[in-house]
Amino acid sequence: MNWIFGDHVNTDQITPGRYNITTDPNRLGAIAFIEARPEFHEKVRPGDFILAGENFGCGSSRETAVIALKACGLQAILARSFARIFYRNGMNVGLLLVIADISGIEPTDELFLNPQKGELLNRTTGDCRQATVPPMMLRFWEEGGILSYLSRQGLDQLSFLISGG
Amino acid sequence: MRQTLSEKIFSRHCGREVCAGEYVIASVDLVMAHDTTCAWSLGPFSQISDRVWDPDRVLILFDHAFPAPSVDAASLQARIRHFAKEQGIPILREGVCHQILAERFVNPGDLVLGADSHTPTSGALGALAIGVGSTDFAIAMATGRCWFLVPSTIRLELEGELSPGVYAKDVALHIAERMGASGGTYRTLEYGGETVRAMSVSDRLTLTNMAAELGAKAGVVGADRRTAEYLQAMRPGYAVPDLSLFQSDEEAQCEQTLQVQVGDLPPLVAQPPDIDRVISARELEKDGVSLDQVFIGSCTNGRIEDLALVARIWQGQRLHPDLRVVITPASNQVYLEALSKGYLELFLNMGATVTNPGCGACLGRHLGVLAADEVCLSTSNRNFTGRMGSPSASIFLASPATAAASAITGKITDPRRFLA
Repeated sequence: MNWIFGDHVNTDQITPGRYNITTDPNRLGAIAFIEARPEFHEKVRPGDFILAGENFGCGSSRETAVIALKACGLQAILARSFARIFYRNGMNVGLLLVIADISGIEPTDELFLNPQKGELLNRTTGDCRQATVPPMMLRFWEEGGILSYLSRQGLDQLSFLISGG
Repeated sequence: MRQTLSEKIFSRHCGREVCAGEYVIASVDLVMAHDTTCAWSLGPFSQISDRVWDPDRVLILFDHAFPAPSVDAASLQARIRHFAKEQGIPILREGVCHQILAERFVNPGDLVLGADSHTPTSGALGALAIGVGSTDFAIAMATGRCWFLVPSTIRLELEGELSPGVYAKDVALHIAERMGASGGTYRTLEYGGETVRAMSVSDRLTLTNMAAELGAKAGVVGADRRTAEYLQAMRPGYAVPDLSLFQSDEEAQCEQTLQVQVGDLPPLVAQPPDIDRVISARELEKDGVSLDQVFIGSCTNGRIEDLALVARIWQGQRLHPDLRVVITPASNQVYLEALSKGYLELFLNMGATVTNPGCGACLGRHLGVLAADEVCLSTSNRNFTGRMGSPSASIFLASPATAAASAITGKITDPRRFLA
């Protein structure tokens, strides 16, 4: 299932401030889009995608936005562009954020994403298009987030993550 | 090499000359989080460390929902308090984190990391202050360092003199309309030109605060005589550093330079639910937008200059009886000054509600939550759906002058007729 959103989806929509008073990922997952898309939490399934337009995740720095969406089991969020702090938070927690043109994709289209190749195949229509995952995003995602990497490698290995190697 | 202020500050904190577009590991001068974002950093922190890098350079401020309005909020605050005590970090409870950072902690040339999106605010002092999430805060709290992409700079050259009734907030809304809600993404917005040079630090803080609404990584103003005067007034005995170090070089490489003529700007209002849906207050006045609440406060416009303006407009007036008017000074210092100048007495006698300093109603958790279908005019920075309460409530954003005028009429009102 592809959950389709427009431009400028903000973090007050993803995890509204008034519900956002817990550190428990499962409780956070249950408030994802609680007002903007009340059926989202009930119906979202592991492996689903969110498809959106420009500036996804704008607004506050609240990391609960990426934690909540990760807790929902999304495979990835595909958007034309992402807000800066949201993108960084996504990298840090290991939520795959992909820059792609999502036009023409229907909610029920079956998508196959290959982040290593940077390709998005629409199995329903046969359309194959570019899906940009910069090397740092890919590395953070493969590592399962920055903390699991640092807790294994040590804090002095921070520079490896940005070395481009 | 000619450098922007951003590049200079990053170079100072990387131990080598760096330029826009490079990925770097930089040491930071200060890291900051508040009662909401700090709570989410405790788990991440415990995965990588058990001691903070330097308890004197980690700031934890309770401002988002303080004193706690619910058991959930109180429980998170109790966890943070326990952590802070263990680590020897005092918890500051004297107002909005960004205001406190500007008043007491940030110096020109500093690199500051804050777990809050409006962290760019203290860039008005010639510093680079960058908002991040709780995991980055946790890493910086453990190591004193963080990874960054050195941002390119968009320079905004503000020219002309503001008309009476038009303020820094109107300029910020005009820039938002022109650049759009993602027009500054990943960039430093550097505000300069004769208009900015003539502005008080209070007004500059409004501009850099609103840089966050354009997606910017930072908002900066080069340090000058006014910066020095502000710092000396706020921090008696402050030794002013050589401020010429905290300017962009004349011919530094900016990604873009935008000329902004401010002389003809009218008072402006951002309409819900986006920052760039900007219209003049006079146009909205024609539509007769009735209000249920006016909120005056926040890191954007909760300073003493803002409250002085409100007091001036309200002299000899009455507030509209159907309206709730909530005033939240940005800090204890602002509160005490407003008290000694008689503003708070005036506000209370007129029937406004004055709350304790902090973020107040801005984020919809306490001190002025909106009911379904209500309409609020706020001096804060965000008008997203549901931000201040019910998702069917509407939030308009404007200057303290427009808010003060509208509190008299009960409708969104151009403030200029009250300033004649």
